[in-house]
Amino acid sequence: MKDTAAKPVLLTMRDVRIDGHSEEVWSPIIKGVDLTLHKGEVLGLIGESGAGKSTLGLAAMGFVRDGCRISGGTIDFDGIDLLAASDAKKRGLRGKRIAYVAQSAAASFNPAHKLIDQYSETPVQHGVMSEQEAHRDAVELYRRMQLPNPDEIGFRYPHQVSGGQLQRAMTAMAMACRPDLIIFDEPTTALDVTTQIEVLSAIRNIVARFDTAAIYITHDLAVVAQMADRIKVLLRGNEVEEADTRTMLSAPKEDYTKSLWAVRSYARPTQPPVRKGTVPVVAVKGVTAGYGQVDILKNINFDIHKRRTVAVVGESGSGKSTAARVITGLLPPRQGQVLFNGKTLPPDYRKRNRDQLRQAQMIYQMADTALNPKLRLRELIGRPAQMYLGLNGKALNERVRALLDLIELEPDTYIDRLPSELSGGQKQRIGIARALAAEPQFIICDEVTSALDQLVAEGILKLLDRLQGEFDLAYMFITHDLATVRAIADEVVVMQNGRVVEQGPKDQMFQPPHDPYTELLLSSVPEMDPDWLTRLLEERAAKAAG
Amino acid sequence: MALLLTLLKVAIAIAIAMASGWLFRAALVAITRGETRKMLRTAPVSAGFGMLVVFVYVFVAVFAHVIAPFSEREIVGAQFLPWDSTHLLGTDNLGRDMFSRLIYAARNTVGIAFATTALAFIAGSFLGLLAATVGGWLDQVLSRVVDVLMAIPALVFALLLLTIFGTSVVKMVIVIATIDATRVFRLARSVAMNIVVMDYIEAAKLRGEGLFRLIIREILPNAMAPLVAEFGLRFCFVFLMISALSFLGLGIQPPTADWGSMVRDNASLITFGNITPLLPAGAIALLTVAVNFVVDWSLHRASGLKE
Repeated sequence: MKDTAAKPVLLTMRDVRIDGHSEEVWSPIIKGVDLTLHKGEVLGLIGESGAGKSTLGLAAMGFVRDGCRISGGTIDFDGIDLLAASDAKKRGLRGKRIAYVAQSAAASFNPAHKLIDQYSETPVQHGVMSEQEAHRDAVELYRRMQLPNPDEIGFRYPHQVSGGQLQRAMTAMAMACRPDLIIFDEPTTALDVTTQIEVLSAIRNIVARFDTAAIYITHDLAVVAQMADRIKVLLRGNEVEEADTRTMLSAPKEDYTKSLWAVRSYARPTQPPVRKGTVPVVAVKGVTAGYGQVDILKNINFDIHKRRTVAVVGESGSGKSTAARVITGLLPPRQGQVLFNGKTLPPDYRKRNRDQLRQAQMIYQMADTALNPKLRLRELIGRPAQMYLGLNGKALNERVRALLDLIELEPDTYIDRLPSELSGGQKQRIGIARALAAEPQFIICDEVTSALDQLVAEGILKLLDRLQGEFDLAYMFITHDLATVRAIADEVVVMQNGRVVEQGPKDQMFQPPHDPYTELLLSSVPEMDPDWLTRLLEERAAKAAG
Repeated sequence: MALLLTLLKVAIAIAIAMASGWLFRAALVAITRGETRKMLRTAPVSAGFGMLVVFVYVFVAVFAHVIAPFSEREIVGAQFLPWDSTHLLGTDNLGRDMFSRLIYAARNTVGIAFATTALAFIAGSFLGLLAATVGGWLDQVLSRVVDVLMAIPALVFALLLLTIFGTSVVKMVIVIATIDATRVFRLARSVAMNIVVMDYIEAAKLRGEGLFRLIIREILPNAMAPLVAEFGLRFCFVFLMISALSFLGLGIQPPTADWGSMVRDNASLITFGNITPLLPAGAIALLTVAVNFVVDWSLHRASGLKE
């Protein structure tokens, strides 16, 4: 870690207050936060969603989103008062001296122009370089960002490169004018762990190479531990604490920070192994399935037993969700079959009877799209109970209230709410209640925690665990997050390109020897140790060399 | 000078319209509660004015027999009498009271237009949602039939059908509703296309919900906002179409009063510089503008735009 405190101060924010406008009133988003950033220093901003991380990051450019205003404080960037500066002056700074890298590179690039032309736009606009110089410079930076074929990749369109490459191209673009400050807003959140490593190491190299100061916004503690010199924790618009990375990780002062740190240590007790000869609740036998002529799944086999959780892991495109679609009957397989308690299920859900449908329920990744926004909780949760169990009137009302109690939501307060009147974690709980309302034996959880903050996600995992014990449920847990697997799984199925590359009990899976792909996946999961990334890159380089 | 005076008059008219719109909105806010109240409070003044005008039209249409000084069809004096205290707007080409006919026409024209639009919506949106939900060959058949119907210019097609089937109010309602249902079908289908791919629809299908319940409870509530906005616009088009058909003699038949044929009957007066024949046209224009104010506001709300 560099000694950056001795360097001159680049950015000073004092008692910054930002309000957001909603429902005709101004309510505070940032409630008086101080921030100091030295030249060449990387500051990590962490906190759950709604903490004001992005708002604060944007304010460092003197920018606020529509419907927001800066209501107090000072922002001083290298002697320039950003709050007093004219729009023209701020425009002159943005892109040239302060740059911004957004979460979704795919949404931030213009799909109609080549990467290199978009790269050149900023330096040419600001009069830093001519077009030819910018092109030459782009190739140089693409090389530094470890992009494949740096000489040619710039002449592709955004849709012709992968997500991780696009994110790196975006970082290169932000570097075009060699800015003094870059704001990274969750640059790797949308990426797989294996891709994330490449982007993280590229960002870290280039920031160090040009001695650029950076604000790194993320909710992933392990990532921030690799990237930042100092960490600032935010909670609902207030600063919780700030310290340099090592101090923060080893000795957090505040309870909130400690609770954030503790999340990753949650793990439920391991279940005893299933006795030989037990009929599994769900058995997937030799399933090959796909869309059109393309096979997405190739000869998949796995069993899920009563009261057990099988985690299916793999990167995006590995066929995890397709396997779930085959089990639910949305995608009839080309070969193979799905057995339920030893009996074959009809491959198409439309051919299954009501009881077969009832027994297998699903909880979706995005609770926002999985709950009908126009129905009240009473009907959302009550409908399966009404359909499958024939409950009506008073009995139905009682059942809905009992279910709300079960997911730890107060029935009187919530029963007549719409999904839009709930937080992200509460919506996911409603998804769980809806699945439970059918009184199933088996539930598919499709990335149920990946859209949630870590503390909220932990609450959901604990709830699922408790419900499994109460109702003897079998879970199929689709995830790409190995920390979740560690916390909740009994057995693990690792998938790659539509094949199962390894499967077995959890304890065995986290012990070597591994299949090479499992090894890559496991080693790519960021750890809280600030030296983890450096060590991992050295190990991989040594392996490649030798 | 004259120009300035005209401008001044226009400015006063706009000011009065805005003030009345503001007052009407304030009155609505005072008598409503909860969600509706919150929604009304954020309504622009133009929407307030639009709601006021629509309210006045509906009031006049419902209480026409009470408000109108004379009956709809009775001949009460000489032809083309000028404005005076008994015949507020004079008499028409047959000596009927112009003011009373204007009021009765509100009932006929607005009522028929509303019935037609409602019919077009029930048929169009149900079939549109059905096509999007079921997909496959049903979608193909319905969509191609609609394409064919839409390829023929609406007014010409209506004239053709009415000439074939003859003119009566019921037939006219059915013909116009059929033509307009094709437009509603297209909208409902495209809106529903975006809804049927949502996870909650997949969840409902996996739950084993029937087709009807899927459409009514899961899809329709989410398609309501654009459909309601479209209802307002469609109402204006239907209204103008009925007036146009009546003007051409194939719409509402005499002696029933309606605004379109009233313009035609009294058109000869225009050559003498008399504005009376244009009043029904003005009534049509005012309602169309007012409905659009309300529609703009509801579209704005539906799209979630705040600025």
